[in-house]
Amino acid sequence: MSIALYRIDDRLIHGQVVVGWGQPLDCTFIVLVDDEVRSSDWEQDLYRMGVPPSIEIIFASVDEAAERLPAWEADARVGILLVPDIDTAAALAGRSDRVKRLNVGGIHHRAGRTERLRFVYLSDDERAKLRQLAAAGVEVTAQDVPTARAVPLAEFA
Amino acid sequence: MSEALRGVVVSHSAVAQALVSAVAAITGIEGALVPVSNEGCDNDALGERLLQAVGPRPAVLFVDLPGGSCLTNSIRYAKQHADIAVVTGVNLAMLLDFVFHRDLAPADAARRAVDSGAKAIRVTAA
Repeated sequence: MSIALYRIDDRLIHGQVVVGWGQPLDCTFIVLVDDEVRSSDWEQDLYRMGVPPSIEIIFASVDEAAERLPAWEADARVGILLVPDIDTAAALAGRSDRVKRLNVGGIHHRAGRTERLRFVYLSDDERAKLRQLAAAGVEVTAQDVPTARAVPLAEFA
Repeated sequence: MSEALRGVVVSHSAVAQALVSAVAAITGIEGALVPVSNEGCDNDALGERLLQAVGPRPAVLFVDLPGGSCLTNSIRYAKQHADIAVVTGVNLAMLLDFVFHRDLAPADAARRAVDSGAKAIRVTAA
């Protein structure tokens, strides 16, 4: 089944991902792509605590993820790939043509960002980067949980 | 302990606020517990909410689930600050006991809270 969800979520592994998406997808592995977390054993231990034993967590840098995406896509299990921000998503999409769709699941308020959806706040630069990804052929939608509507990029960026 | 412990309830949505209100309504004790919701927060923002809620006091963080952003950020906070203990699976019974036993060290108060909270979970006769 491979990677069923490519998701941008600044909380990374949390309830919406593990329960909200993980249960209906019958997800059994999560790939967390974040250079900072990849280099911190302690941060990895922290994220492992939030996941039941039935789900494997794979920590990867952007470079490692780009290299291993074909194998994850060929995996018989169902997986979710998480990145913390748009820059990481763009970096991964720039290194691998396997990224065909992106779910914007949670980008919260910070200085310089404005509210686009209840769970999506974007700066002008981030909006431009999402549009660049779409122009490159990536289907970008926003959807926090599976029961919500997938909002097309044109409606929020 | 020279200073009474603070309890900080950390939850999804409005669970924390509801629990804190219920404890005040039952005991009449105000200010012993502070609610923190993860609503609308990324990890940095939730860390800042925890910092504001705990203040310069020893504290026990009562988290709703044994996983997720509330827990990961609470543990991250405890790792970076002294005299902080973290308990998961918060329920009303453990908070009611906690507000009357805030003269303990954080780790001892956390163990006591787990005991009292677990004892409240049972199957009753019909």
